[in-house]
Amino acid sequence: MVQQVIFIVLAAVLIGAALGVITSRNPVYSALYLVLAFITSSGLWLLLEAEFLGIVLVLVYVGAVMVLFLFVVMMLDINTATMRQGFARYAPVGVLVALIMAAEIGYVMWSKNLGVTFGTVQAHGADYSNTRELGNIIYTNYAYPFELAAVILLVGIVAAIALTMRRRPGTRHQDPAKQVQVSAKRNRIRIVKMPSEKRAGGQS
Amino acid sequence: MISLFDFLALSGALFAISVAGIFLNRKNVILLLMCIELMLLAVNFNFIAFSHYLNDLAGQVFVFFILTVAAAEAAIGLAIVVVVFRNRQSINVEELDTMKG
Repeated sequence: MVQQVIFIVLAAVLIGAALGVITSRNPVYSALYLVLAFITSSGLWLLLEAEFLGIVLVLVYVGAVMVLFLFVVMMLDINTATMRQGFARYAPVGVLVALIMAAEIGYVMWSKNLGVTFGTVQAHGADYSNTRELGNIIYTNYAYPFELAAVILLVGIVAAIALTMRRRPGTRHQDPAKQVQVSAKRNRIRIVKMPSEKRAGGQS
Repeated sequence: MISLFDFLALSGALFAISVAGIFLNRKNVILLLMCIELMLLAVNFNFIAFSHYLNDLAGQVFVFFILTVAAAEAAIGLAIVVVVFRNRQSINVEELDTMKG
């Protein structure tokens, strides 16, 4: 019974946050609503006994991806007024498509027997560790896809850096290869030999 | 007891909302990316709900991989948005018509 109340509250917050994402005037608010949606769904995943993924969702999505979104939204100077032109014009089409899609999904869910027994899941005991079970199959049965995921992340890093890095002509930057080749005697100081001179006025 | 249908209905509603968001915010690339993230979240909901009710951890492994790919996709997509803005001073989708799309 407590679980049902938690589910209803979290689901209502999640739907409200999703509506906030798509209808906010300011993209910053949209990003913050998306953060709220992720945190709420992390709570729902905890309700489904997917503890590891719930925590990963908060750590990876809220901690990394949404911060990246907020950085980009705040860094780019976007004219939000022109961005929202046509919002009212496309609203009926969008709502219509959303209703059609929801009707299709509902039809598939309710008309077909999904072959799943409902409501017969017993909760695991307190000594059950979702993270350990997940690790047991990720590092054995799914070891190869796991390494592929690591390669995908590496490609993501390289692509993002290669796309956004630029050398502007006016800026000063260091060249470490040239720095370590500097020799003080060869090209930093010049020793000039010259004869010593006597001061004209004699000893001082 | 919460049934599987409750979670499937929630995820279907989330997916429909994000599809509507793509139609509503069709000029702003960043909001389009956010709607795609919302769609992936809805799909992950399905995976985790089935994983729980079928008592099979494979669904959670797939969610793990989807999260990985989605993070890489968001990073590359935002990098492309930054480069486009640097070159065109705009991220309006309707002005990005160099390729006559």
